[in-house]
Amino acid sequence: MSETDPSRRDAAAAGPSPGPGSRPRATGNAAAGAKAATGAYTPAAVSPNRRGQRRYTIRLWAVRHSRLLEWVYHRFAHAFLLLHPLWKAIGYARAEAPVTAVERRVKGVLFDCRMCGQCILSSTGMSCPMNCPKQLRNGPCGGVRANGNCEVEPDMPCVWVKAWEGSRQMAGGDAILAVQKPVNQSLRETSSWLRVTAAAAMARDDEKDAGGTR
Amino acid sequence: MTLPERLPGHSSRGRLERVLRRGEFAVTAELNPPDSADPEEVYERAAIFEGWVDGINAVDASGANCHMSSVGICALLTRMGYAPIMQIACRDRNRIAIQGDVLGASAMGVSNILCLTGDGVQAGDQPGAKPVFDLDCMSLLETIRTMRDQSKFLSGRKLSAPPEVFLGAAINPFAPPYDFRPYRLAKKIAAGAQFVQSQYCFDVPMLKRYMDTVRALGLHEQCFILIGVGPMASARTARWMRANVPGVHIPDTIIARLEGAADQRAEGKRICIDIINEVKEIPGIAGIHVMAYRQEEYVAEIVHESGVLKGRRPWRREPAGDEDRLRERLDGLEHDAVERPTDRAAEAANVAPQR
Repeated sequence: MSETDPSRRDAAAAGPSPGPGSRPRATGNAAAGAKAATGAYTPAAVSPNRRGQRRYTIRLWAVRHSRLLEWVYHRFAHAFLLLHPLWKAIGYARAEAPVTAVERRVKGVLFDCRMCGQCILSSTGMSCPMNCPKQLRNGPCGGVRANGNCEVEPDMPCVWVKAWEGSRQMAGGDAILAVQKPVNQSLRETSSWLRVTAAAAMARDDEKDAGGTR
Repeated sequence: MTLPERLPGHSSRGRLERVLRRGEFAVTAELNPPDSADPEEVYERAAIFEGWVDGINAVDASGANCHMSSVGICALLTRMGYAPIMQIACRDRNRIAIQGDVLGASAMGVSNILCLTGDGVQAGDQPGAKPVFDLDCMSLLETIRTMRDQSKFLSGRKLSAPPEVFLGAAINPFAPPYDFRPYRLAKKIAAGAQFVQSQYCFDVPMLKRYMDTVRALGLHEQCFILIGVGPMASARTARWMRANVPGVHIPDTIIARLEGAADQRAEGKRICIDIINEVKEIPGIAGIHVMAYRQEEYVAEIVHESGVLKGRRPWRREPAGDEDRLRERLDGLEHDAVERPTDRAAEAANVAPQR
């Protein structure tokens, strides 16, 4: 019960979404003109990554339910691994396009996924770090506002403040304390699910081989 | 002076690392980078700190405002014998450019590098710029540490001589999530940070709470912690900074104290000295980092009146590592026979092409 309430509050706070032609926009981060009129801090009236505020609602829900999503993901990853023979039969390369299309949509809705292709949601409290305007993989930066919002986008709750909150609920939440490697840009727009599955299958086979030779 | 060899257990040959490892209370200051191509402006601004600080930070387009580059400033400073701390922000350059700059800077005699993520481009004078953020502060630390300790690039390609640098990072104990901040310092240490400089400290109780956790985790023994301080010119400046500079936290009590003073500039200096005096008593603090933007002339007074140096006089200038070669080259330019390009052309024209 109590868990559903905040999401409603967020949705209400976001307010009605503006019409496509209305100017200046009252809500969302592109409302630079409206903000400047109130005298609030408007960073040079420019925000490099503009997004509508109502989009945060689902993303924030995902962080609040990080424990549930962690469990779901473990089941899901297990199922995907069981399908390994199928992926092999189809060919991982050929499965790439349809799986990527599904992954993009599912994670896009849930996490505002940016398809970096090397998903670390399990290490970041189910808060996608690529939504950080600085795309920090090891956040948060020192610019977080006193209210916990982003330095670059004053309306957005800091992705990494949320990540820390989400990680505190997860069983494997301490993964947030590990230093992440820089993004390999050549893996963008590829399926993280398939890559993880292929790696897990390879590790499993290696283990089996080692067991057999012993 | 810059030593020909590293001392045992040291990563660099620089002065800052030696001062810190000796257990002295270190003082560093930030150089206000000129909007100019004139080296004299850098020399003038550095001269103010002479004899008062152990390191001079050369900022990398701080606040996303365009200025002379940190590599350029460092090259000038090392040429004059100062000990610069080169800042690298991930905002403007990708991993290819940054690794090249690290090698170039180290070759120029830079011994200290501070790894930063950098403010967002929205904060500066060119908000239309493309934010790069290819690496972040943590992966930047790891990259340079790999270059230094394993003598290779991020790609694995070998270096023939590794950059001998003392690695630093920034901390901000004054921004949420407060309970995560000490663990983030632990992450930076794990990534390679050997010293850290903090954001402006105006809230000493908050710093004390942070340091309690840091000491409980034993982090102050793995890393030298320098606290950022600086004078406020007026209450208006303080308000402006609080609203416009990302990550700066100024409590209302400080602003009230500034407002109540007859001479706000003097009061700002007084507050800075009071904060230094409180900070230096906190166990685990290894030094201070003075950021006196456009009040650089006060740095000497602040350092002197707070008495943090305890009578110690930081070196003035020290010769660069390749001083002898430079001298030889200058001598050569003066005494060797002057070559005229026209002579060489005539010589070349008379020689028949060889088959």
